[in-house]
Amino acid sequence: MKSITVLTPTGTLGYGFGAEALERGMTLAPDVIAVDAGSTDPGPHYLGSGEPLVSRYSMKRELNELILAGHKAGIPLVVGSAGGSGCRPHVDWTVDIVREIAREHGMGFKLAWIYSDIPAERVKRALAHGEVRDFEAGFALSESMVDETVALVAQMGHEPIAAALERGADVVIAGRSCDDSVIAAFPIAKGADPGLAMHMGKILECGAFSAEPFAMDVMVGIVNDDHFLLEPGSAARRASVTSVAAHTLYEREDPFHQAGPGHAMDLSQCRFEQVNERRVKVSGSRFIRSEDYWVKLEGVRRAGYRSISVAGIRCPTMIARIDDILAEARAEALRYFASNRFEIGFHVYGRDGVMGPLEPQRTITSHELGLVIDVVAPDQELAHGVCHHVSGNLLHTHFPGQFNTSGNLAFPYSPSEIDAGPSYRFSVYHLMKLNSPLELFPICVEEL
Amino acid sequence: METAPKRLRDYAKIIRSKNAGPYRLTFDILFRDDVSFATVCESQAVTKKSVAHAYGVPIDQVSSLFVVPMGRAIKVTLLRPKGQGDFGDSDMYGCQQHAPLLDLPVQTRNI
Repeated sequence: MKSITVLTPTGTLGYGFGAEALERGMTLAPDVIAVDAGSTDPGPHYLGSGEPLVSRYSMKRELNELILAGHKAGIPLVVGSAGGSGCRPHVDWTVDIVREIAREHGMGFKLAWIYSDIPAERVKRALAHGEVRDFEAGFALSESMVDETVALVAQMGHEPIAAALERGADVVIAGRSCDDSVIAAFPIAKGADPGLAMHMGKILECGAFSAEPFAMDVMVGIVNDDHFLLEPGSAARRASVTSVAAHTLYEREDPFHQAGPGHAMDLSQCRFEQVNERRVKVSGSRFIRSEDYWVKLEGVRRAGYRSISVAGIRCPTMIARIDDILAEARAEALRYFASNRFEIGFHVYGRDGVMGPLEPQRTITSHELGLVIDVVAPDQELAHGVCHHVSGNLLHTHFPGQFNTSGNLAFPYSPSEIDAGPSYRFSVYHLMKLNSPLELFPICVEEL
Repeated sequence: METAPKRLRDYAKIIRSKNAGPYRLTFDILFRDDVSFATVCESQAVTKKSVAHAYGVPIDQVSSLFVVPMGRAIKVTLLRPKGQGDFGDSDMYGCQQHAPLLDLPVQTRNI
């Protein structure tokens, strides 16, 4: 087999990469540019709202550079988890930007896009057949939870992307995808060993995070018959055995065994070798095909509407009693509204605002506290009302040992309450069995 | 001879926390060199028990621990106390939960 070279410009499309790194990376004669554009990492909001993760400016600027680089080199561009969550509005938004770029440059090419939205009825049918299982959510999925879910996608494997490439697409905009599959699809379609291609994908998907010094930047992978090679695009970085091996740990629980759609990866026998100053060789990655094809579902429900208030506390006698004062403010709001249809929470920076229950230091040593009052209610008006009531109560409350009677909270803003809109939570994080790898990932192709 | 008590930060180059999906919090400890890695492994400083203790959680909330010689690393994963983005979650990326590991005591044998 001829070696296949993949250039990954960055860890998340829209977060930037170096011009020098791309230019230098392109001199390694890649066969494809492949990049991931999303994850669940920024939280449930993007899937729920359909709002893209990065600005249109960032996405257009970076897509523009990559489309031009790919066009000049005569190689395809693959983007996975388009828009952040890979849901339909995110795919359509990205496709629209690609069309605009083609128009502006008077370019003609074949554009493919792949949806990854899963109809609720399909999940219910799978539930009825016992073909849904919990992944890590810690609860079994039910029909009513599927009904509550407002947006639902599945992570596609490499097959739908490979199918789009086989149809001659120059640019593929894929919905929610396994990040390694985005990188591995082209090499696998061209006959590369799937174990090597997939492992290379796991490392390349974060761009130059596997290099030193690490960054959101260009990384190049070359897959051969029995190994693959990694080298950063920028001459200012290098790949080392420890930087690459360490990256195999990143953002996953088990460094040796990882399941994906239709397969499991065994990385326990991998070898990492330094072949020159900037290049690392990896071998021994094993791909074990599984009998059934399961994909990971990601869904969110709307929990309500959020309002927050941000304030500072500098009074030492108030800080000394902060736990009691907040508990009383919360209880008072529940009595006042004679309802428990809303949630009231406090993030107390300077106490345990960052780590919450995991914070081992239980005594406050800070001279000031930052307070975020967090309210989620069934509608925005109630959320705002409750949040304002709680902040007003805390502002004027009396407590033993009080010296300053003119107000207890330093608000940096007017209004003191900020309406954050709908609040989404993950409601589905489960595996579902498919009839085929392509079943739920329709491919659209358009000649631009 | 008595020496000053050592902490994990004296041996590690990187100690980091991150989400591994919405329901797991995973910690990577990457060591400076082979000797540091071997010393900490031998000291048994990083165990499910010591990590549970550092975070004040029951040991069954530590879902896994791996020693990874090729990466010169130890990897440990906790069940997230709250699902990512659930009400009350305080760290969307789970990337600021590492601090208690910096000061994890490492007791080495005196030579």
